[in-house]
Amino acid sequence: MKAAFAKLRLYWPLTKSLQTGLLLSTGLAGYMSARCPVLHWSDLLGLGLSLFMAIAGSTILNMWYDRDIDSVMNRTHHRPLADGRVLPNEALRLGLVLSILGVGLAGWMAPLFGLIVLTGLFFDAVVYTLWLKRRTCWSIVWGGVSGGMPILAGRTFGLGYVDGVGILLALAVLFWIPTHILTFSMRYQDDYAAAGIPTFPSTYGLAATRATIAVSSVVAALCIGAAGVLIGMEWGFVRLLAVLSAGLLLLGVASVFRPTERINFGLFKYASVYMLSAMILLSI
Amino acid sequence: MRITILNRLLLLFTSLLAAYQIALGIEGLGTLPTIAYTIAFGILLVAGLLLIILGYDVLDSPIVVIVTTGIPLSLSLGLVWEHSSAYRTSYLVFGVAGFLAVLATRLLPLRSKLPVLVLAVVHGIAGLTILGLPILLSLTGQARPGFSLVGVGGALIGVGGLLLALLKAGKPLVSRAIILKLLPGLLLLMTAAFVAGFALG
Repeated sequence: MKAAFAKLRLYWPLTKSLQTGLLLSTGLAGYMSARCPVLHWSDLLGLGLSLFMAIAGSTILNMWYDRDIDSVMNRTHHRPLADGRVLPNEALRLGLVLSILGVGLAGWMAPLFGLIVLTGLFFDAVVYTLWLKRRTCWSIVWGGVSGGMPILAGRTFGLGYVDGVGILLALAVLFWIPTHILTFSMRYQDDYAAAGIPTFPSTYGLAATRATIAVSSVVAALCIGAAGVLIGMEWGFVRLLAVLSAGLLLLGVASVFRPTERINFGLFKYASVYMLSAMILLSI
Repeated sequence: MRITILNRLLLLFTSLLAAYQIALGIEGLGTLPTIAYTIAFGILLVAGLLLIILGYDVLDSPIVVIVTTGIPLSLSLGLVWEHSSAYRTSYLVFGVAGFLAVLATRLLPLRSKLPVLVLAVVHGIAGLTILGLPILLSLTGQARPGFSLVGVGGALIGVGGLLLALLKAGKPLVSRAIILKLLPGLLLLMTAAFVAGFALG
């Protein structure tokens, strides 16, 4: 039992629990935006489990493939794979098993839901990680497509079909991801340069990156707001969403006109709080 | 100066209370007071989150003075619009002009005392309105007694504003460390007084 817990403690960082948790919350919010109040708790549990396994699985596969990069970056060299605490084959097996179980469970629950989960996994593991991440800074767009899949999958599972609101919500996540990732790549620019990973800041410069963040924040906020109105969210929640969006825009604009490291990282953190809050509001 | 865990919690409760007020709204309000109260509580909500995320250094930004002016201005505008219809238009003009004056005097490189004077006048009128109007309405029976809590919130916002303004002007009543220690608690009390006042009023 002790050994199992020790293994679990070792494997847990491979899932990037905060990132996985945030993506999982988007999937649950997508479902609840279509099915609230939740009457079938077994559906919600199955949805959560399948999404968790698929997201964690693809994250582990990403970490398995990028272990050489992680070992040369200051920020990531202590990760279990990069510092040798977990063997590559062990991580690969774990990633594959979780991915297959996650997609399999999703497909068994509803084929269309399974197909969307599989699409997300494909875009993350194959298009983003294997193909584009080391070639172009635009890889984040495809990573963003993958990030938008859990919310689309959740809503589709709730409705039984793909609708415009689901696509709008997926777009919101897609446009939110630059705010999240680009602020991060600005903060750890030297790390990425040492690993030879092309990023927006290294390709287009900091000013263009900040402008991109500000514009993508606006588009993400508009998409979430529009989705909220179309879902029929209560006006009080729409007002709250508008206020939170205004905070995101304020920081985005501040990072363009008064750029500092603190504002940049503040925007990164606020963007996470914003997305989580938006998901809670969509779920109520 | 680092924010303690306790102060982070107080700021989080402030943000949650402000979010609650925005989401709940106030029954029977017109469009303008709804927007005005949303702006006031919205600034409190975002300010609480930014203080948690960025720390007290965020208070040194010149944008803070401009943005936080929105709290007393919009709150007082909402109160006047809702309860003192004879002064609606004139107070709206004052609110817009006051905000633009603060904006202009903060953005332009002025060396005179004009920016401080403008800020004192705008905050003074708005603060006195928030303090006095709810208490007056409660005393004259035009609102329930609980509504006077909004005035208490106005007094607290006045205390906080005064402490920060004197600190910025280089003539603090108490040290910066004490002001920053008290600020989260003051923000929470103020927000709680506003929320309770609107609920009971």
